[in-house]
Amino acid sequence: MYFHHARFAHLVRANQLKEIWMATSSKGNRPLSPHLSIYKLIPTMVMSGLHRVTGMALYFGTLLVAWWLVAAASGEAYFDFVNGLLGSWPGRIVLLGFTFALVQHMLGGIKHLVQDTGRALENQMTTRLAKLHIVASLLITVALWAIAYAVR
Amino acid sequence: MSMRTPLSKVRGFGSAKEGTEHFWRQRVTAIANVPLIIAFCWLIISLVGAAHAEVVATLSSPLTAVLLALIMASAIIHMRLGMQTVIEDYVNGELAKIVLLLINTYFAIFIGALCLFAILKLAFGG
Repeated sequence: MYFHHARFAHLVRANQLKEIWMATSSKGNRPLSPHLSIYKLIPTMVMSGLHRVTGMALYFGTLLVAWWLVAAASGEAYFDFVNGLLGSWPGRIVLLGFTFALVQHMLGGIKHLVQDTGRALENQMTTRLAKLHIVASLLITVALWAIAYAVR
Repeated sequence: MSMRTPLSKVRGFGSAKEGTEHFWRQRVTAIANVPLIIAFCWLIISLVGAAHAEVVATLSSPLTAVLLALIMASAIIHMRLGMQTVIEDYVNGELAKIVLLLINTYFAIFIGALCLFAILKLAFGG
């Protein structure tokens, strides 16, 4: 917000960032680390944030799975009702988002597991992986839906 | 002279009261989730547009029912740990944090109980 050219943000010295942050912080003069509004967005950052966002989405998406299972266990009438809602256009959009969140979070998780062993942590590599991550997430999501429509 | 008991010194957890359990459990469930979620996707794709009777028949087969129960257990433990991290990261008020952490735990157990009951009911007779 203070930088018209966010890509120059890294040129600002740490003490300047601190001053700006303290001046804009709603909690008065408490020093806080600079956050999202200060840094330039880069692929690794976006995918890391998205990993957390999709994790949260899946948290609530699990409610849908539970609902669907409970519906199946409740009998035909209620199951048909829930299936109808999930199969409607709004329902399908939610499920498409659910699928994307699942795929994105799983690929991100696998990447994290590899990086836990100390591998694939070089600068160029992490950026390349972040770009590959988003492309693969979208492609696999589309592929899963294509398979679902094909076998139906 | 240290006032700490020998046991507490050996365990070395300090005021955090735990070591790497959270980190480790998150990894254990993450690794389990990979094959389980792939199986889950397969199951769901095979049931797209299926009528109630077919869904019940599929979910009552022993292997499917057990796999589904494992999927839900692993995923729910994983999501609870993940939400705990998010709450600890972003909620600063001590009371709000404790309340949300409790709700997170109860929510996970409630969803887990619902899924488990539904899976068992389907498995033992629809």
